[in-house]
Amino acid sequence: MSTLLIDDVSMRFELGNGEHVQALQNISLELKTGELMSVLGPSGCGKTTLLNIVAGFMAPTEGKLTLNDVQITGPSAQRGMVFQQGALFDWMDVRENVSFGPKMAGKKPAEYSEKVDHLLDVVGLQDFKKKAIYELSGGMQQRVSLARCLANDPDVILMDEPLGALDALTREKMQSLVLKLWKETGKTIILITHSVEEALLLGERLLVMAPRPGRIHKEYKLPFADLGVDADLREIKKHADFNDTREEILTMIWDMEEEIMGRTDGDSK
Amino acid sequence: MIVLILYIAIFIGAFFAVRFVTSRLINRHDYTSLKTVTFGDESAVMPNRWASFLSVLSIFLLWGAFTNSNWTPIHMPGPFVGDTQFTYVMEAPDGSRDDATVSVRVTPTGEPKSKIETESGDGFAKNDSVSVSAFRSVLILMDKNDEITRKDGGKVVEVNGISISPGDRIEIEDGLVVMTSKGSLNFIPEAGLQMEPVWLPPPESVVDRLGEIWGEGYQNFTLVEHLGWSLLRVVVGFLLGAIIGIPLGYAMGLSNWFRGWFDPIVEFMRPVPPLALIPLVIIWAGIGETGKIILLFLASLWIMTIAARAGVSGVKITKVHAAYSLGASKWQIMRYVIAPNSLPEIFTGARVAMGVCWGTVVAAELVAAEKGAGMMIMVASRFQLTDIVLMGIILIGGIGYAIDILMRKAEDYLVPWKGKG
Repeated sequence: MSTLLIDDVSMRFELGNGEHVQALQNISLELKTGELMSVLGPSGCGKTTLLNIVAGFMAPTEGKLTLNDVQITGPSAQRGMVFQQGALFDWMDVRENVSFGPKMAGKKPAEYSEKVDHLLDVVGLQDFKKKAIYELSGGMQQRVSLARCLANDPDVILMDEPLGALDALTREKMQSLVLKLWKETGKTIILITHSVEEALLLGERLLVMAPRPGRIHKEYKLPFADLGVDADLREIKKHADFNDTREEILTMIWDMEEEIMGRTDGDSK
Repeated sequence: MIVLILYIAIFIGAFFAVRFVTSRLINRHDYTSLKTVTFGDESAVMPNRWASFLSVLSIFLLWGAFTNSNWTPIHMPGPFVGDTQFTYVMEAPDGSRDDATVSVRVTPTGEPKSKIETESGDGFAKNDSVSVSAFRSVLILMDKNDEITRKDGGKVVEVNGISISPGDRIEIEDGLVVMTSKGSLNFIPEAGLQMEPVWLPPPESVVDRLGEIWGEGYQNFTLVEHLGWSLLRVVVGFLLGAIIGIPLGYAMGLSNWFRGWFDPIVEFMRPVPPLALIPLVIIWAGIGETGKIILLFLASLWIMTIAARAGVSGVKITKVHAAYSLGASKWQIMRYVIAPNSLPEIFTGARVAMGVCWGTVVAAELVAAEKGAGMMIMVASRFQLTDIVLMGIILIGGIGYAIDILMRKAEDYLVPWKGKG
């Protein structure tokens, strides 16, 4: 049973002029294998900081993180990350991008080529494997990102607004794909998003974070992700529960945003 | 001035002519002609190939027209060549006057002068005969053969019936007569609008020179050797600069210590034009190959260093993060992410560096060299061999252009993702 444990993590950024920003305060979380958690919150609530800490790109100022009882001290292939855009390697074609992880691990092409081809099939890019990255549309590029991450077979997948730059139609298709991949591979996924709808559709667990200092505001357990694996996502959106929860969360985030605005006004006076 | 006006006229005329012809040939009345807004959309502005062709052609035609080339059908009015004459009236101290004729033969440039045989005529003023090359002027000592000279108090008072005094200019047919302050006459044959060959030789003489030097060489070296040596210096200097500059730029992009240590040096040396280093390099290394290679090395070093540094600094942090989270080590990130990511910048730097090196090598050869494109034109200019100078300039420009095109092709082939990320 692999578990991601975030234990009382805090993150402070020193600004240099003696001031500091408390990006995260006392975050504690436990993710079991195969859980899909979406994270929502207004800008500046520390979502991305949390993800970067889990990925190992930065060390928390307090607290510790463990994956399968091993402390996280830096980036590793165990924790794959999918970025919004611009993280693909332009100098490699689609297939080389997807093969990057296994190749870096020192595997021979014979060992991973079957898996890479399979993943290209799953994300529907088999016909595009020799294409250059700049020849692909935004949606296709994100498919490559997903496949590249999965090729490494990580324990945890960290997604930093992976669908944020896509148009609405492509986004919907990609949401189904994420759900499908989640069910097929049984990976633990943390997904950061700005879209309440997306968080509801994809998150088995949904974490709402509040800013200044960044903290966990509320957590939901949701049935929609499980339903969505086989059903049409648009049908799920018509669900009464879905709409109620969405309104509740939207109100929550709006209140936070207004509080921020109010407070900044107060500061400047 | 006339050339400029003519050039603008050709420019405008060609524009309307081509537009008229193309609008006749391509009758496009669908919406595609309205589809793109070309004004203000830089990407929609493509060089018109007809304009490029006509531009080169018109420069060639203007060149030919003003140098009396055999290759161009149109010529500007040339200098007067042939025989002409004018009369002057000499006044003796006692007030008596006599007229005489001056016959002038204007010979084309490069041909020997020959005087016209003339009768000496009657009266105390005798007829004169002189010869002059086109574009030159001739001093006529008209009283030398006269019975009453200027020493005796005689003076010229009229030319072609118009009264003249020292300093006056009188236009006659085929030229200009000027009276000097001492009272003698100076004849300047009409020069026309053409250029003297020593200023601007016609295209065919440049091409003839090219053939001649191609076959026989110039100043102990063949043309290929001259150009080859220049190119070799550029390539060696550039490669040395790249071999040192790229790793230095990488180190500056990756390490605070390297950045801090070399920043003042690079930032100081970057704005120093390589030409300003020529005197120092000559003092240190002499005028031989070593000096030139050092100069070109210095010219390309800073450009390549800065390009490599910019390439490393320009890597998106998400790409590095992505590589880390895919399990890559620092060295693997260096090798598979940072190095390829910096290639477009390095290529841009290499293009600039090659251009600067080519300019610098020519300049260095102008100062001192035994062989090379710059040396060739410098020596030729000392002997006023304008056609060799022109030929050299055209070859230098052509090679510089070819280097740039080659670098661009290499760039398209090696870094096709440039500017598309």
